[in-house]
Amino acid sequence: MANLNTNIGSLQLKNPVMTASGTFGYGIEFEDVVDLSAIGGIIVKGTTFQPRQGNDYPRMVETPSGMLNCVGLQNKGVQYFCETIYPKIRNIDTEMIVNVSGSSPEDYARCASCINDLEDIHAIELNISCPNVHDGGMAFGVTTEGAASVVRAVRKAYNKTLIVKLSPNVTDIVSIAKAVETEGADSVSLINTLMGTAIDIEKRRRMLSIGTGGLSGPCVKPVALRMVYQVAKAVSIPVIGLGGISSATDAIEFIMAGASAIEIGTANFVDPSITAKVAQGINEWLDAHNIASVRDIIGVAE
Amino acid sequence: MALKKHIIDLKVVAKEVLGNRFVLLKCTDPMASLPPMMPGQFAQLRVDGSKETYLRRPISINYVDMTKNEIWFLVQLVGPGSRALGRLQQGDLLNALLPLGNGFSMPVSSDKKHLLVGGGVGTAPLLYMGAQMSMMGIKPTFLLGARTADMLLQLEDFERVGDVYVTTEDGSMGEKGFVTQHSILFKQRFDRISVCGPSPMMKAVARFARQNSVPCEVSLENMMACGLGACLCCVEKTVRGNVCVCTEGPVFDVNELTWE
Repeated sequence: MANLNTNIGSLQLKNPVMTASGTFGYGIEFEDVVDLSAIGGIIVKGTTFQPRQGNDYPRMVETPSGMLNCVGLQNKGVQYFCETIYPKIRNIDTEMIVNVSGSSPEDYARCASCINDLEDIHAIELNISCPNVHDGGMAFGVTTEGAASVVRAVRKAYNKTLIVKLSPNVTDIVSIAKAVETEGADSVSLINTLMGTAIDIEKRRRMLSIGTGGLSGPCVKPVALRMVYQVAKAVSIPVIGLGGISSATDAIEFIMAGASAIEIGTANFVDPSITAKVAQGINEWLDAHNIASVRDIIGVAE
Repeated sequence: MALKKHIIDLKVVAKEVLGNRFVLLKCTDPMASLPPMMPGQFAQLRVDGSKETYLRRPISINYVDMTKNEIWFLVQLVGPGSRALGRLQQGDLLNALLPLGNGFSMPVSSDKKHLLVGGGVGTAPLLYMGAQMSMMGIKPTFLLGARTADMLLQLEDFERVGDVYVTTEDGSMGEKGFVTQHSILFKQRFDRISVCGPSPMMKAVARFARQNSVPCEVSLENMMACGLGACLCCVEKTVRGNVCVCTEGPVFDVNELTWE
């Protein structure tokens, strides 16, 4: 049994496999079909200060090796999370991390501040990269100034581990990563979904309710892996890699590219028990190669 | 209390091709007894060996035979995913996540008349429901509609468990027209209606039910990814706001929906 422990700032994970926000609910939705304690960390649904209804249906289109979605951050707001959801998930035997979204730096900070008070939540992931809402989200994540402004505001309101999730829909993701590192982020996670669209040729119109959506699944993996490699080389904070991971091999690729941990997203829809299998698969690979710790392969790819 | 969900490698024990657009897969769990499942619940079937698709396919539970440890899925061959499922052969494995969602409200006494209305492949879950009712000693009445006679599926199975009335749009079997035009609706009074079929049909039946003050449940089939309430893709607008069809449905009381 190899040592699978990994660190994201001061946060220690029992293994590097986490779930990507919006693909695993609050974890409890999956408890019948996967051992939640076998997962390194669960990043729950995007949470905003105010409740959000999300976008209209249709919100998804299947694409070759993936899917587009435009859910639009449907959630019942941070107060509901703290009062109703948190008591149900605080004792799950893994790190529970809340994904936080907003429409202004102050809005993000208010939401983060509420979660700062929850003793069993040791980290948040800041979503500055949601492509599916008009009033914020990705708008902040696509400029260094926008990204920095959100992290600056949240850093003042939140004193535990702060992960910032980056958008791939930018010219230079490295500059954004450096900007959030400068503002005090403890880690960056990448990539969020790639903006795309799909057209129904019989109806002659775009298939998603808001026209565009975020692309995820195995089809985005090469792009994500390249960006993780570039960012990991450029920053000194830990990087969390995600984008199309659906096997232990995929996960190890991201770790070798420089990720200290990985997130599994869309693959949860195809195999709801994939997270535990990937964690086990990483362990088996390390054992087979006589490598004592997963930390020994972080960033080893030339 | 929600029924426990399972991921099972089912084995196809028999395959029947119905007409040129439907396949009936009869499956078993070779390792264990099938878990309890309610009529109206569904399974997420993994589509293996398809280059064009990625996600599972939500397919309603057509029939469960606990004595044979069999579960049936009726699949309409529409796109690449369902066609891949249709290529499965006897002996092949089919990975299923089940049972998902909430079933139809079941009748509690036989003095109430319960009508089950199905259209096209939407008749599928009504067979299991009717069979369960029949086992409880309550004879169901089925009203089944399709475009043409060859698209009316499993009629012999339906006739085994209840009274069957039929409409076809071309008049090739039963009364010509839509289910909402069938004479049985005007001859008999029903105390509850359960519907599964194409959206325009369900809306028409829901209107009929409302006009006649009959409680009515419909089963929706919004496009979904996870089936577990995590991705929030399959939402339907209800009086409670956007809710997931996979976990809050697929069966809804029509009064919960925002249909006109």
